[in-house]
Amino acid sequence: MIPASFEYVRPSTVEEAAQILRNAAGDDVKLLAGGQSLLPLLRLRLAYPAALIDLGRIDELRGVRDEADHVFIAAMTTHDEVVKSAVVQEQCPLVALATAQVADPAVRHRGTFGGSMAHADPAGDLPAVALALDMEFTILSAEGTRTLPASEFFVDYLETALGPGEILLGAKVPKLGAGWGFHYEKFHRTAQAWAIVGVAAAVKRENGTISEGRVALTNMGSTPVRAFSVERRLPGVPVADGNGELREAASTAANDTEPPTDLHARPDYRRHLAVVLTERAVRKAAA
Amino acid sequence: MSRITVTVDGTKYEEEVEPRLLLVHFLRDRLGRTGTPIGCDTSNCGACTVLMDGRSVKSCSVLAVQADGSDILTIEGLAEHGTLHPMQRAFHEEHALQCGYCTPGMILASIDLIQDNPDPSEDEIRSGLEGNLCRCTGYSNIVRAVRKGAQEMGATP
Repeated sequence: MIPASFEYVRPSTVEEAAQILRNAAGDDVKLLAGGQSLLPLLRLRLAYPAALIDLGRIDELRGVRDEADHVFIAAMTTHDEVVKSAVVQEQCPLVALATAQVADPAVRHRGTFGGSMAHADPAGDLPAVALALDMEFTILSAEGTRTLPASEFFVDYLETALGPGEILLGAKVPKLGAGWGFHYEKFHRTAQAWAIVGVAAAVKRENGTISEGRVALTNMGSTPVRAFSVERRLPGVPVADGNGELREAASTAANDTEPPTDLHARPDYRRHLAVVLTERAVRKAAA
Repeated sequence: MSRITVTVDGTKYEEEVEPRLLLVHFLRDRLGRTGTPIGCDTSNCGACTVLMDGRSVKSCSVLAVQADGSDILTIEGLAEHGTLHPMQRAFHEEHALQCGYCTPGMILASIDLIQDNPDPSEDEIRSGLEGNLCRCTGYSNIVRAVRKGAQEMGATP
């Protein structure tokens, strides 16, 4: 289908974009990142904004920076650039692992890190990774720049804490240091489809034992969710788990979740998947 | 209306377009380059894949205005002076198509894959082409063609 008509502006700096956004106060304006989620919505006429502000030519919104205790990933960095970034691969490999599983190569050439976060699709892969790694989002607002932890960024289905006049600049990804292992386990029906359920796992290993674990779930609610009950049970579990302790911990993965019903799965099946995939993800992260 | 300048298969075009015009419609309806088909129209199937500044994109998921200033390569720009591109020839020789609808996208996605990975394994080809659907062949011949095309692209730089 053909999208409904809209005005189109393409600023070349963040300041210019922010100015346009402020002037448009009250109008139905959308920021256009890579367009790999927004354009399908426009084509299906599920969205029909009056104007699009295209962030695609703002150089300062692109790139990955290695900064002391964290890596900064600018919002308009494409998935393909994130996957190929040596800094991301070395300092925050979970981001590279999960991003490599987003959609397909052509979509990863256009789709962006910040676009995926701001779209906040609970079936998207990156929001769970943001939660698991305790990323901090950098946001440009009218008053200046503010930061927000991932735990407060994802508010509801396709909804974030971003205000109407705000622009996501990027995210700080803490460097976790030595001893950590990572995995993103995704279950989907066909190669490029969204996750029916996904699990992001980060596990710290000391002397053959898990000393700390972070687990976040994709598509187990209207936002990504941390599996705190699993995390509480992970410390002390042997890396080479032989006695089912890991399975025991993973069995609580679906606690306190309200998974959605859709064409692909009912909540009970998603709960089952969350348990199975959490065990796999943690096992691979710990290996 | 927005004025855009786009190079398509080596020819530069300057056009007035509505912002909502999709790149695939620009190529087909405005420039008459119907070698790029529209498959699913929901960015699933990859039939409309073209190379934009050298990288594969689904042209149903790019606005023509976003392509302003870029260099687009479609299936129609691949052969030079009537000589098929090695990947086209490999698809032909390995019978990597039946109806042919997915073929332009498959070939361009394969060329994109070979840029990053000049000698892909069968598994790497299958995951590299996961955004392109074929409803006839079952993919075996496509994978074989991409292996052969990759070897020939390596042999004739």
